[in-house]
Amino acid sequence: MKSLFKGALVAAALTVSAFSAGTAEAQTPPGVLLVGQIAEPKSLDPAADTAVNDFRILVNMYDGLVRYKDGTLEVEPDLAKSWTISDDGKVYTFKLREGVTFHDGTPFNAEAVKYNFDRMLDEKHPQHDTGPFPLAFFFSAIDHVDVMDDLTVKFTLKEPYAPFLSNLAYPPGLQVSPTAVKKYGKDFGRHPVGTGPFKFAEWESNAKVVVTRNDDYWDGAPKLDAVVFRPITDANTRVAELMAGGIDLMVEVPPDNLGQLESDANFAVYQQAGPHLWFLILNTKDGPFKDKRVRQAINYAINKKALVDNVLQGTADIAAGPIPPAFAWAYDKSLQPYPYDVEKAKKLIDEAGAAGKEVTFYVTEGGSGMLDPIPMGAAIQADLAKVGLKVKIETYEWNTFLGKVNPGLEGKADMAEMAWMTNDPDTLPYLALRTDAWPDKGGFNSGYYSNPKVDELLEKARTSTDQNERAKLYREMQQIVHDDAPWAFIANWKQNAVASAAVKGFKLQPSFFLLLKDVSKD
Amino acid sequence: MHVYILRRLVLMIPVLLGLTVIVFLIMSLIPGDPALAILGSYATPENIAKLRADLGLDKSLFSQYWIWLSNMLHGDFGRSYSLNRPVLDEVLERFGATLILAGASLMLCTVFGLLTGVVSAVRQYGWADKTLTFVVLIGISIPSFWLGLMMMLLFAVKLRWLPVSGMYAIYGGGDLPDLLRHLIMPAVTLAVVATGVIARLTRSNMLEVLRQDYIRTARAKGLDERRVIYRHAFKAALVNVIPVIGVQAGFVLGGAVYIETVFQWPGIGRMLVTAIATRDILLVQGGVVIVAASYVLFNLFADVLQHLIDPRVKA
Repeated sequence: MKSLFKGALVAAALTVSAFSAGTAEAQTPPGVLLVGQIAEPKSLDPAADTAVNDFRILVNMYDGLVRYKDGTLEVEPDLAKSWTISDDGKVYTFKLREGVTFHDGTPFNAEAVKYNFDRMLDEKHPQHDTGPFPLAFFFSAIDHVDVMDDLTVKFTLKEPYAPFLSNLAYPPGLQVSPTAVKKYGKDFGRHPVGTGPFKFAEWESNAKVVVTRNDDYWDGAPKLDAVVFRPITDANTRVAELMAGGIDLMVEVPPDNLGQLESDANFAVYQQAGPHLWFLILNTKDGPFKDKRVRQAINYAINKKALVDNVLQGTADIAAGPIPPAFAWAYDKSLQPYPYDVEKAKKLIDEAGAAGKEVTFYVTEGGSGMLDPIPMGAAIQADLAKVGLKVKIETYEWNTFLGKVNPGLEGKADMAEMAWMTNDPDTLPYLALRTDAWPDKGGFNSGYYSNPKVDELLEKARTSTDQNERAKLYREMQQIVHDDAPWAFIANWKQNAVASAAVKGFKLQPSFFLLLKDVSKD
Repeated sequence: MHVYILRRLVLMIPVLLGLTVIVFLIMSLIPGDPALAILGSYATPENIAKLRADLGLDKSLFSQYWIWLSNMLHGDFGRSYSLNRPVLDEVLERFGATLILAGASLMLCTVFGLLTGVVSAVRQYGWADKTLTFVVLIGISIPSFWLGLMMMLLFAVKLRWLPVSGMYAIYGGGDLPDLLRHLIMPAVTLAVVATGVIARLTRSNMLEVLRQDYIRTARAKGLDERRVIYRHAFKAALVNVIPVIGVQAGFVLGGAVYIETVFQWPGIGRMLVTAIATRDILLVQGGVVIVAASYVLFNLFADVLQHLIDPRVKA
């Protein structure tokens, strides 16, 4: 009996050692970069994706007509060499780069560009059924696209629309091979073909997406031989993989691990502020937040420094207004965050007769860009209790939460957590602060903020094609919104990444894209 | 026997039908809209309405159910909209991975559970029994995802004996030893609780059997002790343990949800978690139906096995 039991133990020990004998995880070949992703991509069709996680792969396989200049959110030529904009701001004519081919060998030309936009926008297009295309509205201003000659393409807009160029730099504007879309149809997302620095090689579901160097890349071949993107949904596992050498680079490192990795010479930590805003939507239609003084009081009462330092452990900066500082050209540097001032908040609340009022606060459990929504909600609740507001928290899972918040807060709640990541300073205020963006008109202004001056400034900024003029209008808008306080401005998230010391030439971008063309690995 | 198996198979039909109704209703009743989940935070009411119509979500519940059921009976489980591929392809692929994991841990928990139980019973109140009972108690009480993480830190990060996660190596893997190396930690983690349950049950059943008259008779006849324990006592005790192993199979499948997430095992548990979060209704429904059907089949198998070992169990 005893011997049998012992025998089993010995057998188990032998099995473990047999399979682990010295050869743990095979070392990855040099020149191959392993990237830890937070989830399996939904698709590798740029027109079908919405998640930053998927964009991180896409931007390495595809190019757009324009792209963001290194380290900024301003556009520069990419597949388009140059462009002109008509005086009325409605006609954009692009000269395309010559000699560029898709990875399947077919030429990139004006026909291909027209095809890309028609597929997304024209419901009668034969390959429109390869959608849905959730971000097609980025290009809803387009009336039609004309091929002028092989390398000239003309976009005619329904109305002047200034964010058009920066929308072209966003993933739905990345150019796919028409031949490949026709060939694979709905499965194109699993057989992606672009013009970018890396070519698609393999997608093994739930294990890896492999891309290899495009030696003929028009902008110079990348340094790496290949990149392997591994979906690892659990953050702890992702960190363990990094420490064990199973991945070389990971993004969205949990704040808890960041400090530990920072002090380890085997790893390098990267941080970069991005176009992200974490805020509270305040219901300006009914309840205590109808009164501007109470809304300002909330902004004074929340200890944003404590939130950013303690809850988010330094992975975000304090936000001052509705436009994130990453949009350097449009951001108003004179704008100061509301200081933490309990006395002032109490005074404003007393003046408005809101002391002791009960407010309902929608909190989400997670969701895109929401950081640590539950602890943040609890900390905010405690801060508001100090100024005499009784906050009742209602917590919902992300999709349910959106279903509650997007149709408007009226009659249901007084405030709600929210976060947005955008690619143009226009997007968030235009979709969420105008009177015409109230939920019943199809917008995201769930707190029913309305100020005719803000409406006017935003409309004007969107139709002006002069960037300096736009910047001036946005700055004026930020001052007004800051004072009106339709939101409580809380935080701008800094994206982080950790790479092993062998990874060289890596840089995070304010766009949150993960550009790997110039990266190498020793 | 054949009639018994046939009757049980026929009885599976109403069980599975009832199951499809429940799964369908749960997925329809949970809050959150698939169209919203697809379109993301930029979704406008207009887009949502259009997509709902495209997906057939604007039809009545009954007709949605009917379309789903009749398509499924024709072998068409629909297309997953979060993964953009046919549900059946994904479910079968993922279920295969789960079967490997669950099968391995079921084997581990059966072997070690029975062995521990028998040793404990035979050496009742001896040091082996006390030690094993203590270890078993710890095994049952430890949260398995925590145990998984600790094992990962020790064996993969510190000692580097085993890979951290996944099912095959990213480079140069794909063969059986590679699979087994990836399988060890998740299978052991997943087996721990079930091993404890089986061990405790085996121990108490063995103790009961060992006190029976026929065991005394067997010993009195001068039979070899090993023969008494294995041929006479163990076989009798096994009859009561087997149905519990069948039930444990269900727990192992359920526990796989956590373990697959921790170890990034590409199984169906992890698939279901993601599918629920993205409101991928067809994928959830298809996955649950397949898992449930296999669970029902496994229990039928356990019952048949019990019958074979002990003819007294009524067919």
